[in-house]
Amino acid sequence: MLQLMNENEMLEFGKQLGQHLFNGAIITLNGELGVGKTTLTKGIGAALGIKKVINSPTFTIVKIYHGDQTLYHFDAYRLEGQNEELGFEEMFEDDGICVIEWPQYIEDILPDDRLEIHMTKNEDQSRSFSFVAKGEQYQNLLEEMNLC
Amino acid sequence: MSLILAIESSCDEMSVALLKDKRELLCNIVASQIDTHRLYGGVVPEIASRMHVECVSTVLKTALNEAKVDLNDVDAIAVTKGPGLVGSLHVGMQAAKTLALAYHKPLIGVHHIAGHIYANELVEDIEYPCLCLVVSGGHSELVYMEHEFSFEVIGQTLDDAIGEAYDKVGRVLHLPYPGGPVIDKIAKEGKHSYKLPLPLNDDSYNFSFSGLKSAVINLKHNADQRGEVLVNEDLACSFQEVAIEVLVNKTIKAAKDYQVKEIIVAGGVSANSGLRDSLKEKSPMKVLFPPMAYCTDNAAMIASAGRIMYENSMFSPLDLSVKPSYDLEEESVGE
Repeated sequence: MLQLMNENEMLEFGKQLGQHLFNGAIITLNGELGVGKTTLTKGIGAALGIKKVINSPTFTIVKIYHGDQTLYHFDAYRLEGQNEELGFEEMFEDDGICVIEWPQYIEDILPDDRLEIHMTKNEDQSRSFSFVAKGEQYQNLLEEMNLC
Repeated sequence: MSLILAIESSCDEMSVALLKDKRELLCNIVASQIDTHRLYGGVVPEIASRMHVECVSTVLKTALNEAKVDLNDVDAIAVTKGPGLVGSLHVGMQAAKTLALAYHKPLIGVHHIAGHIYANELVEDIEYPCLCLVVSGGHSELVYMEHEFSFEVIGQTLDDAIGEAYDKVGRVLHLPYPGGPVIDKIAKEGKHSYKLPLPLNDDSYNFSFSGLKSAVINLKHNADQRGEVLVNEDLACSFQEVAIEVLVNKTIKAAKDYQVKEIIVAGGVSANSGLRDSLKEKSPMKVLFPPMAYCTDNAAMIASAGRIMYENSMFSPLDLSVKPSYDLEEESVGE
């Protein structure tokens, strides 16, 4: 469990995580509205050399950013309650980094190997993060970052 | 002289319009799916694109009949290429390419936001330089336009779009979908009694609505825990006043800094009465709002932007593809 006190700490942690990511890494972010999923993604994007503003992808479901590496930023918030062919698989299989908000709504099509980050908001407005590595690569990543 | 056929299908509306010259709108047919999506509390992308497939031919036929136009007489086919939902965009794009190929007409791929901006020109000429406030479910941007069809994004949202914040707040308060118009309506019956933070109230032209959304969620959460009942009308009023204050203040500041001749507003949230009243009241310069009928997604606005692109010979190849995001600045004349 990791506790981050404010937005800056979240951005900083996102950067560190971004620096440790390998090609084709998949990260899912679970947490309520307003917990800071997009903020964390901004930090990851900064580490990938993305200069454009990373903002909410809710409206278009996915936004694509090109930096030193490609970032696919998904938000499945609007996909609640449906199981359809969405064409996300080719992005999941690409060399770019995939960050997926509201992954519970597309559980069926998510790759088995991935890093799950569960985010919760505390009474004092700090955030708690817990991590679940699915697959060896992600277990190694957590060990490298001293997160397990 | 021009006759443009335009197709717009970026989200939950399938629309076809025929525009003669600058503003002789021969028809603007819009098939909306709002009633269907209301059942789900929001637009469901796959349902949206499937419904578009079902209705595209009907909407097209209806438009041609109503306008009494033969496709052979059209000068160009304009179509929304993005941003939007990929599945939905594809339906309109495929129809447009088919028509362009079959009738040997030039294809014009229009940026959705350029369309929203030029909805204003369906009513009167835009005077340049101007500043455009783009506010919708997917956008909150300030765009400086030095001359016709030149776009410089000088500020944007760092997190949620304004319309998205409205919809999410609506969902938290269990209001019917879409949340924006409902909040605008009940806000008039309430008073600004809840204290909410003014978001990103700084010197930049950027916006941030995520913190405001979180503040409303916290308020609701804390009230639920204490067993208190919030007055939705008052909360809607408080939320709307704070959100609009920052939109209006930053728009006016940018308009003064850039010494523009007028402010124009574009996008679905331009229908919001609170925004209309406040901006008109506080702005030292002329403010142009699109007519209510052209605030939400429609093909007339795509035809209006397409008309300018036609005059500038900004045609697209037939292998044009739709994208969830296109950069507005790259759409400028001469780029």
